[in-house]
Amino acid sequence: MCSSSWYTGTEEVAVRAVNVIFRRELAQYSQSLLGYMVGATVLLVDGLLFYTQALGPAAGQRLSGQVLAQFFYSTSGLVAIAAVALSVRLIAEERQSGTLVLLSTSPVKEWEVVLGKFLSAFVFLGGITLASIYMPLLVMVNGKVSIGQVAVGYLGLLLIGAACLAIGVFATAMTRHQLLAVAVGAAVTGAMFLLWPLSQAMQPPLSNVFASLAIHHRHFTGFQSGILHVRDVFYYAAVTYFFLLFATKIMEAKRWE
Amino acid sequence: MSSARTIPRSCSLISANGLSKHFGGKRALGPVSFEIETGETVGFLGLNGAGKTTLLRILAGDLRPSAGSFAVQGVDCIHNPHDLRKLVGFLPDTPPLYTEMSAREYVRFAGLIRGMSKDDVNRRIGEVEEITNTADVANVLLRELSHGYKQRIGVAQAIIHEPALLILDEPTGGLDPAQIVEIRLMIKGLKEKHTVLVSSHILPEIQETCDRLLVLRDGTLIASGTEQELAAQLTSRRIAVTVRPASSENGASAVEQCLRGIDGVHDVTCKGDHGGSFDFLVATTEDLRPDVCSVLVNNGHGVLRLDLADKELENVFLELVHGDGGGSGASS
Repeated sequence: MCSSSWYTGTEEVAVRAVNVIFRRELAQYSQSLLGYMVGATVLLVDGLLFYTQALGPAAGQRLSGQVLAQFFYSTSGLVAIAAVALSVRLIAEERQSGTLVLLSTSPVKEWEVVLGKFLSAFVFLGGITLASIYMPLLVMVNGKVSIGQVAVGYLGLLLIGAACLAIGVFATAMTRHQLLAVAVGAAVTGAMFLLWPLSQAMQPPLSNVFASLAIHHRHFTGFQSGILHVRDVFYYAAVTYFFLLFATKIMEAKRWE
Repeated sequence: MSSARTIPRSCSLISANGLSKHFGGKRALGPVSFEIETGETVGFLGLNGAGKTTLLRILAGDLRPSAGSFAVQGVDCIHNPHDLRKLVGFLPDTPPLYTEMSAREYVRFAGLIRGMSKDDVNRRIGEVEEITNTADVANVLLRELSHGYKQRIGVAQAIIHEPALLILDEPTGGLDPAQIVEIRLMIKGLKEKHTVLVSSHILPEIQETCDRLLVLRDGTLIASGTEQELAAQLTSRRIAVTVRPASSENGASAVEQCLRGIDGVHDVTCKGDHGGSFDFLVATTEDLRPDVCSVLVNNGHGVLRLDLADKELENVFLELVHGDGGGSGASS
């Protein structure tokens, strides 16, 4: 028997498995209508918002930094929506079409599947997000903003995108129905956004807890103003990690149930 | 690489003990216990809902049994499902194909996901395409392939890593007769290198490809053995006989009366009238062909054909799964 002779069972194999899944999923995005539709919609809406905020008659007289902050604020919402839309097909679609059997009967760990799929969606979302960079560059050319503010703003967009993608991966791991996955992903993401307004209506210490957990505002305002706080980076990394962990645990429970 | 190797026989590859599976309180399987030796080709036979797919999914590491244990090549599969998956190639009843990929890309992906290196996959992929006869569609997108090709690609992904155990769930489902013959030949070829488990309710497929049968009914293993061993357990045999009656008047009933008079015959059915000759199916307790022949000849009837009923395995199958002495569907 030589089945195990192929399989070396090392960390190299795990990295290879993540890489193989990542590449397949990325190729899938680049060939799918969903990927192009999400990308086109985000860039179109983002462009329209930028026009009204920076160039249109309603823009008024504003400092370049304010325009840029407004751009990152509105783009963050679009990135969050795009993240949920891109992530719902990742696992639910495979479960629905029966292709998940190939992965579930292969010697790959659940975290390898989750990570490979997450990274592919993250790279695709990152590509869409970075495609909007011409707008901040226009502000740079015609106004006074630093490259640092633009860079920190995009880091914030990528971090909030990663967190929302992780929520989406968690949702798509739960069910075989993509619509249900969208609903769960949107509900959890929406709840994370709503924690901020909720915190404003509460008394301490609960208001502090809610404000700290909210996915936007307290943790994103720094990025949109070009100020990098380690605590904000840590927050988004933690949200991403925990939702990917939840997704992995759900996969484990469903795979060998 | 071990493309030239053949596998040794007569050592236990799978040892299952008291396997059972419940879905939400409803028993789908078991408890079942069995052993499968290395190099065997075993057919899992049963009606729809008998538990075949559930059992195969457990053996493939896709489902965790509710109770019981099983080992493949000595690996405790309950506690080490990851190790089990290294040993198994699985083709479910619907091939798990990424239809936006080409056939070769997909098989390459299947090899890589099972831990093979790129070099190993590249070396192996030509062999697999030859075995499954898919080289001519290697660069065609899977969504553009016929069902027969999709099934072959499904087999290709299951054998790319040369698993010790190959599990094929209904591999000929939905195929036309020519494609069924091709898949059957492929399975026969795979027997050289793999221990193969095949589930089907298409009896000729099992009959022609498998060394041994495991028959499931309502989630329970009700029989195990070769076709001959199972046939020996039949409580009734069927003899097909074509007779030209001695007299044209009431010929069929005269022959039937004659056959019913033989000791050991418990049922006679006229299956066809060919304008002067009649087909009868005679149910007996044992092989009474000599008695049937001599009685008919002694009564002046012409015996045009006399044989045990065709599809012997079908009789075994129906008797086992219905548990009623042959079931109503058995015919020659």
